[in-house]
Amino acid sequence: MVGNGKTRAATRRQFLLDAARNAGGVTLVGVGLAFHAGQARALPPEAIRPPGARAEPGFLAACLRCGMCVRDCPYQILNLAKLGQTIATGTPYFVARTGPCEMCVDIPCVKACPSGALDPDLTDINRARMGLAVLADHETCLNFLGLRCEVCYRACPLSDKAITLEQQQNPRSSAYATFIPTVHSDQCTGCGKCEHACVLETAAIRVLPRHLTKGELGEHYRLGWEEQKRAGKPLIEGVTGLPDRMPEATR
Amino acid sequence: MKRGVGSDAIRVKGWLAAHRWLLARRATQLTVLALFLAGPWLGYWIVKGNLNFSLTLGVLPLADPYVLLQSLVAGHRPERKALVGAAVILFAYFVAGGRTYCAWVCPVNAVTDAAHWLRARLGVPGGVIIPRSTRYWILAMTLALAWITGSIAWELVNPISILHRGIIFGIGVGWAVIVAVFLLDLFVAERAWCGRLCPVGAFYSAVATFSPLRIVAVRREQCNDCADCYTVCPEPLVIRPALKGADDGIGPVILSPHCTNCGRCIDVCSRHVFAFGSRFSNHRQPLADAAQHVAARKVTAVEL
Amino acid sequence: MSTTRRGFIRLSAVAAAAAAADITIPGLDEALAQTAPDTSIRWDKGACRFCGTGCGVLVGVRNGRVVATQGDPDAPVNRGLLCVKGYFLAKIMYGADRLTRPLLRMKNGTFDKSGEFTPVSWKQAFDIMEEKCKAALKAKGPTAVGMFASGQWTIFEGVAATKFMKAGLRSNNIDPNARHCMASAVAGFMRTFGADEPMGCYDDTEQADAFVVWGSNMAEMHPILWSRVTGRRLTAKHVKIVVLSTFNHRTSEAADVEIIFKPQTDLAILNYLCNYIIQNGAVNEAFVKQHVTFMKGVTDIGYGLRPTHRLEQAASSNGYPGTDGKPKGDPNAASPITYEEFKQHVSEYTVDKVAELSGVPKEKLEALAKLYVDPKTKIVSFWTMGFNQHTRGTWANNLIYDVHLLLGKISEPGNGPFSITGQPSACGTAREVGTFAHRLPADLVVANPQHRATAEQIWKLPAGTIPGQIGLHAVAMDRALKDRNLNFFWVLCTNQMQAGANLSQERYPGFRDPANFVVVTDAYPTVSAHAADLVLPAAMWMEKEGAYGNAERRTQFWRQQVNAPGEAKSDLWQIIEFSKRFKTEEVWPAELLAKMPQYGGKTLFDVLYANGEVNQFPLTEMAKVNGHAIKGYMNDESKALGFYVQKGLFEEYARFGRGHAHDLAPFDQLHKARGLRWPVVDGKETLWRYREGYDPYVKQGEGVKFYGRPDGKAVIFALPYQPPPEPPDNEYNLWLATGRVLEHWHSGSMTRRVPELYRAVPDALVYMNPQDAETRGLKQGDVVKVISRRGEIQTRVDTRGRNKPPVGLVFVPWFDESRLINKVTLDATCPISKQTDYKKCAVKIVKA
Repeated sequence: MVGNGKTRAATRRQFLLDAARNAGGVTLVGVGLAFHAGQARALPPEAIRPPGARAEPGFLAACLRCGMCVRDCPYQILNLAKLGQTIATGTPYFVARTGPCEMCVDIPCVKACPSGALDPDLTDINRARMGLAVLADHETCLNFLGLRCEVCYRACPLSDKAITLEQQQNPRSSAYATFIPTVHSDQCTGCGKCEHACVLETAAIRVLPRHLTKGELGEHYRLGWEEQKRAGKPLIEGVTGLPDRMPEATR
Repeated sequence: MKRGVGSDAIRVKGWLAAHRWLLARRATQLTVLALFLAGPWLGYWIVKGNLNFSLTLGVLPLADPYVLLQSLVAGHRPERKALVGAAVILFAYFVAGGRTYCAWVCPVNAVTDAAHWLRARLGVPGGVIIPRSTRYWILAMTLALAWITGSIAWELVNPISILHRGIIFGIGVGWAVIVAVFLLDLFVAERAWCGRLCPVGAFYSAVATFSPLRIVAVRREQCNDCADCYTVCPEPLVIRPALKGADDGIGPVILSPHCTNCGRCIDVCSRHVFAFGSRFSNHRQPLADAAQHVAARKVTAVEL
Repeated sequence: MSTTRRGFIRLSAVAAAAAAADITIPGLDEALAQTAPDTSIRWDKGACRFCGTGCGVLVGVRNGRVVATQGDPDAPVNRGLLCVKGYFLAKIMYGADRLTRPLLRMKNGTFDKSGEFTPVSWKQAFDIMEEKCKAALKAKGPTAVGMFASGQWTIFEGVAATKFMKAGLRSNNIDPNARHCMASAVAGFMRTFGADEPMGCYDDTEQADAFVVWGSNMAEMHPILWSRVTGRRLTAKHVKIVVLSTFNHRTSEAADVEIIFKPQTDLAILNYLCNYIIQNGAVNEAFVKQHVTFMKGVTDIGYGLRPTHRLEQAASSNGYPGTDGKPKGDPNAASPITYEEFKQHVSEYTVDKVAELSGVPKEKLEALAKLYVDPKTKIVSFWTMGFNQHTRGTWANNLIYDVHLLLGKISEPGNGPFSITGQPSACGTAREVGTFAHRLPADLVVANPQHRATAEQIWKLPAGTIPGQIGLHAVAMDRALKDRNLNFFWVLCTNQMQAGANLSQERYPGFRDPANFVVVTDAYPTVSAHAADLVLPAAMWMEKEGAYGNAERRTQFWRQQVNAPGEAKSDLWQIIEFSKRFKTEEVWPAELLAKMPQYGGKTLFDVLYANGEVNQFPLTEMAKVNGHAIKGYMNDESKALGFYVQKGLFEEYARFGRGHAHDLAPFDQLHKARGLRWPVVDGKETLWRYREGYDPYVKQGEGVKFYGRPDGKAVIFALPYQPPPEPPDNEYNLWLATGRVLEHWHSGSMTRRVPELYRAVPDALVYMNPQDAETRGLKQGDVVKVISRRGEIQTRVDTRGRNKPPVGLVFVPWFDESRLINKVTLDATCPISKQTDYKKCAVKIVKA
């Protein structure tokens, strides 16, 4: 309480020293934790967030790690990440191969989320974009081999929309058609039913994060036929041609 | 012969009364856990979720305001349900004393209490000195980290949620963090985790600054300087002003927000010095005086 | 093999050097994998265990276990391709719960109907069977014993069983599960052509210009055949596919024209087609004049329900005993009419009337009709259970023949009606061998004394051995069990308790009635096995030598590849071994035995199988026939009996058909070929029957001859539309149709034990229109009860799955033993074919 200038200075000096020590130590821990947080943000591709999950950095800001979505999932496919996994501790995810999203029409997981980490504006499960199915391996997919499997196609909750079968001639025996499961990214919700159902030892069709799978055309090029379709007419008008000269006999 | 801590209290009040608040606290901790586990284990969904957020009986949302604060700092605008839940909790702990959470609800308390008990048993010497202010630094760091990383980074390692969620949802290698906390408290520094490091405690200390529910050294005149209360107190610094400050004009209420309202000081005091009370009773000396006579008579009777 | 041996050695050396130096050579692993054949596996040919398509497979064996299979790249049916079930063939024999010992319900060491299943020896098993069978025979005679047979039996098993039941025990109470599957097709063929099985073959698919699929989800149920159909359309852009069904399914997905009609109105659509053909002058008059006669069938034939049912009491021609005890008419009866009368009959089926009745837009009906009548369009009609599982299934079959016969589009490449089979040997075993209650081999029937005499002569039996009374058909067996008229019942190679309709009312009570003794032979503990008193462990598929006949008359043989686990034995061994328990005196009346006294004191084994025919080929013959594939070949049955029993059974049985338009190729040849299509005459297969040049039984100059009928002419039947027996009403307000899914074979006893297939489709769901779900307050995934007047099951709603029914109809597959939809279905049958209609009954659906 009372003291001369010297002791006051010493006290202040001690205080600043303590503060610096504290700050230094805590910063060290903080830097470590920041790196850990950076790694945790790199969600492994097989971990899929529940429907309506915000894009990954935002999701980690919003998710309270409370597990309410896990509890309200009627099919119990959601898990909370545990420490030691490469998924942010306590955040919800599912693995398509072991338990895919059943795409409940009332989306109870989104309703359960208190924080909005799962976007409450998602009311139509068909608009969920949890990931994107990719028929990753054409060399082992039974349908590419000409066998009649198509389990992924029939398992798809939006079959004939998100996955269609494209018929192609079997190159080894032209009498048979092959039925090529084809994913349409504008419809696929990434529920993972296809990957779950794939009968191979290791699935040929995978659900992956959209950013890992989807290509993007450059802004500098437009698809002529699409533009024309959208416009409902040719984009340029007033263009004319001339008839071809042909031999008399062919007229 | 060395006198055991609280042995006087046991002699005077009986074992049960000398552990009354400890037992009450353990019972509360277990009850909270049981409520969370009744759903997943038995199918009785009274409380769903975990300490970060829970829904009781499908209507009452409770959210950890500290987690929500980090979420806000990280740049997310939480939905109403979470905000309401955090408000309820903030209000409850404001009333009950912020760090009441630490003593009565937090599952890590049992871990650090066990470490403390074993430390005394083994006679582990003092160890490293960690300043008590460190927890505020860590609190600040977690908020800064939330802002910098844009995520609730502290939740990646927070031992409290790892343990609580771990018990309810599965723990993974999270047990290693709990063991680390235990070993820290056992060998590295006394009462290190809860008292010096944990930012959750620091956050609740801040909440508790003006909390009305307080422990009061109502009969501080009866103190026989046995120092048992200091020994058992997880935050021993908080006692002295209230217990010994009469001469300096300091009231008998333990006003420090670091006090966890654990009530162990009440338990171990053979002189009935401490009792739960209100921060507003800081000047009602007469009441305390009156009680003092009653208590003194009782003590005398027992001593006879 | 494109890599030479030297190349291989060099590659190996490079690999070894690289491995020593720990270097990765790009592409080396792949090159080695391609060049090194796995010589530890022995490959041999076989046929797929599942559907009637009859895909050829190669089976790989190592250390006495089937370790791999492959689609046979040279098999004419499938060219190396298989469906996803076929992909898992190697796993079907190795489910964890294979039955390996006979199990008898016992208490305190003796048989007790309410006892627990206890392992017993084969001797004990046969002892109790003998006791119960003989007791039933003694009490009520041969009509009190019965056998439920299978279209998944090998041909040899079918022959042995038919002989044992019809000649040995003198009971025609043997009927196959094919009754649930192909009986209407059989009745249709017999009525129209006088001869069973399709005239065409799969080669039709590469020739046709249009395919009309009636009541068949080929895309799922005959996957490889369907890729042939769609392959044809890919190579020939003009090819059209029309799919008719009561709900949208995976086949509809490929349809150019999809027609969803109200249940049962296929009869009206078929009549409309006939009417259209006539009204538009599209009748092939020359063909009709030369090759066709017209008949009108009786119509008031009931619905195959119990005689006490009000619909049966009202019916005048259902063949049931009337008040006077005499049969009320004959549902199969028909009388000749003229073309004009036929024309008159179909004239009421105008496009307006049929469009209204069926709910099909007129344009679609007309598009279908135009496709049929276009003279430039070669057209194949395919059908399976939509026609066959139908209370007017025989009629539906007759009517589709009417369409093709009026147009003359039949019996030529790319033109013809094609009834596809469900089971792998519904044709080969159930139909050709004749394991039906009314049949004998090669289209002979028990009701015909001459046919019986032929059989008795070939089997070297006294005249009059085979009873002339038609036995109990599948549904009648259930009812007889329940009514205690059938007291000894042996179910083999089929899962009747899951497959038959209305099981909790009509089947389970009979199984569990203490008056009856039920034996089930199976490889796995099926629902039927659980309901039985004695369970016999069966050898399956490659654990026995076998032969199947597919839907295009192709007979395919395979050799035994591995041994059965534990004490499991083939059905063939079980039947033959059981026959040793009966002396002729015990089962034949004295006057019958007096005709062949040399059989006195003999066992049924002696007179049926050790008769100088079946046992004529010694074991040395086996190496001769099979040595090219497996050195020192032997099979378990022959080893046990001391003669090549399969060859003996087959050659004796083949005598029925050889020279009678059912010529099966010689046994030895079939063991070398990848299946041969009968009639095999002069070393050639027959691809199209009834047409000169293709069919050896049509003489030069005859052009077309339907020689199955005495006049050589096929019959066009005048048959009306009639409503189904149980349409939805206010309470039970939905149609229920049942069926299969691609991933599971029938009752799932094999495929549900393949983990991957189980994971792909674990449960039977109720497929429902979203609108129907909404009006009932249901949503996708809700647990519901499907309830009929007979029973209920609990399952989940699927409004977006593989089948998309119209409003008013739901579909539930029957593979799932934990959701037995046949507790719900109605046991109404076609009164002619006796085949159950699994596609139509009324249900309601409520939230569980």
